[in-house]
Amino acid sequence: MKYVDEFRDPEAARKYVQAIRETVTRHWTIMEVCGGQTHAIVRFGIQDLLPEDVELVHGPGCPVCVTPLAMIDKALDIAARDDVIFCSFGDMLRVPGSRTDLLSVRAEGGDVRILYTPLDAVKIAADNPDKQIVFFAVGFETTAPANAMAVHMAKFRRLENFSILVSHVLVPPAIEAILSAPDNRVQGFLAAGHVCTVMGTGAYAPLADRYDVPIVVTGFEPLDILQGIYMCVRQLEDGRAAVENQYDRAVRDGGNTQAQALLRKVFRVVPREWRGIGEIAESGWALTPEYEGFDAEQRFGLANAKVAAPAACISGLVLQGLKKPADCPAFGKECTPDHPLGATMVSGEGACAAYFRYRREKAA
Amino acid sequence: MKEAGAIEPTCPLPLNEHPRIRLAHGGGGRLMQQLIEEVFIAAFDNPVLRGGHDGAVLELLHGRSVMTTDSYVVRPLFFPGGDIGALAVNGTVNDLAMCGAKPLFLTASFILEEGLETETLWRVVRSMRVAADAAGVSIVTGDTKVVERGHGDGIYINTAGVGRIEHEVLVAPERITTGDAILVSGDIGRHGLAVLGEREGLAFVTSIESDCAPLWDAVHAMLSGGTDIHCMRDATRGGLCAVLNELAKGSSLQFDVVERDIPVSEGVRGACEVLGLDALQVACEGRFVAIVAKKDEERALDILKTRNETASVIGRVTDGEGGLVTIQTPIGGQRILDMPTGELLPRIC
Repeated sequence: MKYVDEFRDPEAARKYVQAIRETVTRHWTIMEVCGGQTHAIVRFGIQDLLPEDVELVHGPGCPVCVTPLAMIDKALDIAARDDVIFCSFGDMLRVPGSRTDLLSVRAEGGDVRILYTPLDAVKIAADNPDKQIVFFAVGFETTAPANAMAVHMAKFRRLENFSILVSHVLVPPAIEAILSAPDNRVQGFLAAGHVCTVMGTGAYAPLADRYDVPIVVTGFEPLDILQGIYMCVRQLEDGRAAVENQYDRAVRDGGNTQAQALLRKVFRVVPREWRGIGEIAESGWALTPEYEGFDAEQRFGLANAKVAAPAACISGLVLQGLKKPADCPAFGKECTPDHPLGATMVSGEGACAAYFRYRREKAA
Repeated sequence: MKEAGAIEPTCPLPLNEHPRIRLAHGGGGRLMQQLIEEVFIAAFDNPVLRGGHDGAVLELLHGRSVMTTDSYVVRPLFFPGGDIGALAVNGTVNDLAMCGAKPLFLTASFILEEGLETETLWRVVRSMRVAADAAGVSIVTGDTKVVERGHGDGIYINTAGVGRIEHEVLVAPERITTGDAILVSGDIGRHGLAVLGEREGLAFVTSIESDCAPLWDAVHAMLSGGTDIHCMRDATRGGLCAVLNELAKGSSLQFDVVERDIPVSEGVRGACEVLGLDALQVACEGRFVAIVAKKDEERALDILKTRNETASVIGRVTDGEGGLVTIQTPIGGQRILDMPTGELLPRIC
């Protein structure tokens, strides 16, 4: 298939693996930030092809994984209401809150719908004026423009029965939080290509400078990732720490300026809680005063309750690259994709689920 | 027996009188009688059904017979390449075929929702007759219930089937052995995406047609061609991935498959890429996995290819870890192919 097979060519992959082997002289730890990259790495068995000295750790870039428990509980409360049609991307439905999940709410009679775009939720709002339509606006900078556009359209069309439950988080503050942690072991980053397609690459140069760490903006196909790793280890071996763009077929330095303009109009930067990591300053988005009327938390008067995560779960350490899924005592035992304890086991992009599905260690 | 093509294209019930199903159509009285005679008997017409008993009296020869049942629930009722009626016939016919049995008779039970357009019911029933003729089975008895509006999705159908085993080959997971070839009878994932595309109104998948089809003909050709089939299973819910895992567990052997050899059409691949789905987990309704003795691999493939040129040998049974399925990725890596969790939930980005 065009635009896919070229990036999964086994011969080209072999050449990149060879080039990486010839470049590496010592052990390097590289973090791929985005969950989509984690998914591709495990789905295509990329780690197995790499020399042992190149260690990939899986970053916090899975929106399903980092959405805090308290926010999931808010979604569950809203979705259970009789007057609400609750709309969400598909894989949020299995994420456990502190008591239940959206699939169970649906089984108990809640109107919970899977959508591919928040703009469909705006249409549902127009078609159902006697219902409250709520879209669960999760994700990074990648999903934000469509969510911003949905709110903008709802305001333009004066749809007073539409709102979004905002749980948007940002990549650069998460990278900074990882780099500034005293026990950080990440030496190079594969930055999330699609985030940069929207936001551009400008935010990363100060990070590369301040923390002396190479950052390679990388795509999602196997060859993208192998080339990204190659560019990263070359910088590491050369002692350089620059921002490079592997994914130049999709990413321009300035990003998508129209999307950015809309984002600035609809969202403002706020501190956000990350599941498993905790609060990170200036790491998320909330609606600006102009669009506050579309904030589901305000509309449904939800208190800002905090909830404790299950004690056995180490997903926070996994998200920061400090532990591997198999290091967790619950991994594959109490915690499986059917009964996830932590968010990283829930999403197909989560490191634990990806390991369980594709790389499960043989039972001892 | 009427030829399928001779069935009235429009519903023979006096539509002006009853354009929609009422509760009374399941109530045991005159309306139900009219529905049975003018819709079900008119469409399924055969001597056993015309006998008019509470049950079907069948002539079964001595030997091994197979019985199976399945219920069919699908929204929307009509989708590219099929409908709930074709599904209800082919699904049960295929379960018989996977046991190595020639499908002979089906029952058909309908749970109709009050308010269903009678014309819709007629289209479904007509499609069942066409599918039954194609599969060589007769629908010999049935039942109808009507539930109140809002308590059903239009039509639910249950079919049970009886088939006869006419050969000596034992087809069962315990016959799977190290070295066996793993074949798939055609490209996978069409049915699930055709239904999803129609239900969600996804314009870019509308070119994908369901693979809904009877499988007995291909199975029969392999058996009568002397192929030593060790086991078969049709890939329905959970797709190819679920079948491989079930059979690996059932045989306590390891299955190693090669992703590049698994046939997936361009349309299905593209839609899966866009939607964040894994084609290996998407449902089929007319594809099966055959585990055949190594010596018969070529012969089995040749026969399957005469029915569907995309049929392929996708891997081999090994004596590694019992119940494990591994897949070689397109770039040469290897990973475990685990049992799907059950819901196909598209990934966010």
